[in-house]
Amino acid sequence: MNRLRAAGIFFWASLALCYLLQLMPLPHAIVAFKPYWLALVLLYWALESPDRVGLGLAFALGLFGDALSGGLLGEHALRLCVFVFIVLRFRARLRFFPMWQQALAVLALLLNDRILLLMIRACIGEPLPPPDFWWAPVTGMLAWPWVFLLLDDLRSRLRAHES
Amino acid sequence: MAIARNDKAVLFAADAANTLRLVAYLGLAIIMMVVDHRGAYLSRIRSGLSVVIEPMYRLAAMPSQLAHQAGLGLADRSRLTEENARLQRELLLAQARLDRVNLLRRQNLHLEQLLDVQHSLGLGVQLARIIDVDTDPFRQRVTVDAGSNQDMHVGQAVLDAQGVMGQVVETLPNTSTVMLITDASHAIPVVIDRTGMRAIAHGTGQIDALELPNVPISADIKVGDKLMTSGLGGHFPAGFPVGTVDSVKAGANGMFVVATAAPSAALDRSVEVLILHELPDPVGPPAPAQPVGPPSATPASAVAVPAKGTRR
Repeated sequence: MNRLRAAGIFFWASLALCYLLQLMPLPHAIVAFKPYWLALVLLYWALESPDRVGLGLAFALGLFGDALSGGLLGEHALRLCVFVFIVLRFRARLRFFPMWQQALAVLALLLNDRILLLMIRACIGEPLPPPDFWWAPVTGMLAWPWVFLLLDDLRSRLRAHES
Repeated sequence: MAIARNDKAVLFAADAANTLRLVAYLGLAIIMMVVDHRGAYLSRIRSGLSVVIEPMYRLAAMPSQLAHQAGLGLADRSRLTEENARLQRELLLAQARLDRVNLLRRQNLHLEQLLDVQHSLGLGVQLARIIDVDTDPFRQRVTVDAGSNQDMHVGQAVLDAQGVMGQVVETLPNTSTVMLITDASHAIPVVIDRTGMRAIAHGTGQIDALELPNVPISADIKVGDKLMTSGLGGHFPAGFPVGTVDSVKAGANGMFVVATAAPSAALDRSVEVLILHELPDPVGPPAPAQPVGPPSATPASAVAVPAKGTRR
């Protein structure tokens, strides 16, 4: 019981940290390279403990993200739903990919997410973003192995500590 | 135990990735986006959730604030003395200018009294700090630490020491969002200081560029021209610096000249900003005149108006 609770706290803390990282300011030159942390951490949880992550959770997290960023209500929710859906569909395969293949899959997923964002922005009549809009998926791909290793290590330590 | 859990997990995942549920959620999200785009419900939800949102902003801004303070604490003595000397020189200059302005103000007051001018140019300002959070890198917006509790309203102009920064677009109880003049959906009416020509400066989405897309070919505009707010449109008071023209070239269709300008305000460096209290008098079309003519069919006014007319 206690172990489950500690795992739950870890799960929610990792997501809260993502929101903070997303809001955290960066120097102006590298702000476009900020990866989509929430998607990366959700991907980890969808691969490792899919009984926690579902479309409903993705939708709710997305709505909270929209409330934080103050953009358009439902934008993050739609993007995260699509992201989590694809991950859960191909979970069995993604999980046993070697790390470099996983990273490439992350690139594809994040590019897909950017295209979705572009479609939403185009639909509400916003101008096209500058070309460095497309860098974030690449940094996301580069960040994925580290996110995975860090979360995996913390989780296994937690488990060892509890048992 | 482990195997059982795994089995359940797989089954659950298969259920979770159900296409029907995806379609339902996507539909819901699209409906929400359309409704929000039409009715802007998000700002209402945001002010409801401000208890959660505002602490998160402060928390996210904390590391950069700490880094800033650490930088101040570790700044070396010689740099500080140098900066101090520079600031003293600037203060001296500013003081000299201020004396002159005071003289002019007294003179102006006197002339105004002579002319019986009603509108004064009084500017009430409020100081606010920028909370360093990044809500969306592709929208040029900043968050400041004053909100509706500090008497902020949507539409107030925001300045820094060098020029116009933008305007308030959303207020939460203790924070508010400012749209910068470089946001792609922002436009500000300007006047070219040298010639007095009016134009509209649009944001480009890049923090260091404004664009004047529709300048007539015959217009007198050169690199280095200063742009000031014109006060037209009633959102920004007249006479504040907006930017400096840094390129003038022919537009794509050859019918207009396109000029770009660098904003005067330090949009990516300012920490403290000024928020103007009083909005300038709205300049725009005069209020529609009362219709004059035969009385309309509405009974109340139909009785009242002719009675007044006949008596006179």
